[in-house]
Amino acid sequence: MTMVRAMRTQREGSPWTGLWAVVAKEMADHLSSTRMFILEMLIALTAVGTAYNAASAIRSVAGLEPKFLFLKLFTVADEPFPSFVGFLGFLVPLIAIALAFDAVNNEFNQHTLARVLSQPIYRDALLFGKFLAGLFTQFLIYSAIWLLVFGLGVWQLGIPPTGEEVGRALWLLVATVFYGGVWMAVALLFSVRFRQPATAALASIAVWLFFSIFWPMISTSLATILAPIRIGTPEEILAQARWLLALRRLAPSQLYAEIVVALLRPEVRSLGLVLPFQLEGAILGQPLPLSQSVLLIWPHLTGLIAATILLFALAYILFQRQEVRA
Amino acid sequence: MSPTPVIETRGLTKVYNGLVAVDHLDLTIHEGEVYGLLGPNGSGKTTTILMLLGLTEPTEGEVQVVGWDPRRYPLRVKAQVGYIPDQVGFYGDLTAWENLMYTAKLNGIPRKEAYRRIEEALNRVGLQDVAHRPVRTFSRGMRQRLGVADVLIKNPRVIIMDEPTQGLDPESAREFLDLIRELKGEGRTILLASHLLHQVQAVCDRVGLFRRGKKALEGTVEELALQVLGMSHYVHVEVEKDAPRLAQVVRRVPGVTDVEIHDDCTLWVKSRKDVRPEVAKAVVQAGGRLLRLDVELPSLDDIYAHYFKSEAGETENE
Repeated sequence: MTMVRAMRTQREGSPWTGLWAVVAKEMADHLSSTRMFILEMLIALTAVGTAYNAASAIRSVAGLEPKFLFLKLFTVADEPFPSFVGFLGFLVPLIAIALAFDAVNNEFNQHTLARVLSQPIYRDALLFGKFLAGLFTQFLIYSAIWLLVFGLGVWQLGIPPTGEEVGRALWLLVATVFYGGVWMAVALLFSVRFRQPATAALASIAVWLFFSIFWPMISTSLATILAPIRIGTPEEILAQARWLLALRRLAPSQLYAEIVVALLRPEVRSLGLVLPFQLEGAILGQPLPLSQSVLLIWPHLTGLIAATILLFALAYILFQRQEVRA
Repeated sequence: MSPTPVIETRGLTKVYNGLVAVDHLDLTIHEGEVYGLLGPNGSGKTTTILMLLGLTEPTEGEVQVVGWDPRRYPLRVKAQVGYIPDQVGFYGDLTAWENLMYTAKLNGIPRKEAYRRIEEALNRVGLQDVAHRPVRTFSRGMRQRLGVADVLIKNPRVIIMDEPTQGLDPESAREFLDLIRELKGEGRTILLASHLLHQVQAVCDRVGLFRRGKKALEGTVEELALQVLGMSHYVHVEVEKDAPRLAQVVRRVPGVTDVEIHDDCTLWVKSRKDVRPEVAKAVVQAGGRLLRLDVELPSLDDIYAHYFKSEAGETENE
């Protein structure tokens, strides 16, 4: 009986019919919108400013370790200003949220949803197309910014980047896109849930603020509660530190920060806790090869991708259940 | 004899949170027909349309549109059915041409063919001069016409319009109705949902009266008039004098249901068919001098008002 029913209601035709039409239209919208233009200018200026400062700082310190100079363009900060990756930590969520917070509710408000869905496409194509277009747009923006930074580096430092540096930067690019992907999925979810774009935008920003400001504080107190230090034995201290790290890593910004560290500081050998005996035989200060650094960030990267997929799936389910009539 | 049905529903039902929006609807619409779905707001017209397009899942019942079940083959149905929702929306920042191009792409129409169809559709609805202006600058009437151009892109067999003339000024509404007649002339089937009766009357071949999710009445306007009002024609008779006396004679004419004496020279005759020749003959034979004789069909407004009034009375008595 249930089988008959399932067969009868099974849909025919690919759910991705029309997907590329949606992607093309949404990307064109993103790339020509004033909103994105402002954010692109902002991130470009940040990149040029911080990388330029970093380059002058690098040049002024003669005899600095000559390795991985190009990566330092991303990480060297000109106090009191943060480094370029420091800026990225909050510019990326901002761009991601700006790309998606009005994705679905605006279709409702403009009364375009019923008309678009009456074309021979499934809802799947519309939502996934919007999401893909956002990811591609981010990829495009960050690629341009990365090239800008590298170009500035060649000009200011007078040497070309090595293959290893380019490889690390590319991995960082991928990680940055998926870090943005998480926040885009959050914004997309809210754009399905809330009919008002302003509500969706504020809700997305609230979630982001929660994870970037309050979560570190909350995780500290939670760790003290979950693994209290009663006597002060090394085991107790270790347990609490483990809890703290585990809790903190629930925040995408923490994962991204650790990815940045592992990729841009090749000498970093572990992102977790390292006990002295684990360092036996290690040559400290020696950079890891790229493959080892990638291995180090692998769980973080998959975590970000998993969070993106999970949030997108939630938005998807919610969207499928929504009635078309406003 | 009987043409193939393009739209057919059997026992179609939709329940929203325990509220029955559409209640066991049987609807049959034939190829090339203009069918009017009539009913007050909230009588289930839009829900029915959404189920026909596969945009809302029916709770139970069978649907077939252009030979396919929209639940299982929504893409095939939507490729042949054009839908103009009420308050049809377009992307305001895109031009009319870009909006139509998006529709063409979603329909998988090749680029060259799309260019041709867009140009043709825009010419058709008279928007060729504003093709490259952003839609946000368009008036309500222009948007509505762009809605027609939008469905024409896919060259549909069936066009479904939800309240197409609502909010249009009389001139635009009249133009829009002409457009509907033109589309019918091309052999397209048109389903029109509306509560603006005289407009539905002007273009529809058949009308279905909706009430609380059920199809209460169906037929041509004439048939509905007979069913609801018990008559189908108003005949106005103007004589020189003696109207009361002549009324006695006219009353005996077969088909006449009622004669009202308006004044000494005017009679209002209600009948089941066009009885002008018989009335004229009767008046002249009775020695009356006939000055004027004309016939008028009852408007859908009368039928509608009468029907819903009597229905309301019945439910109060229950």
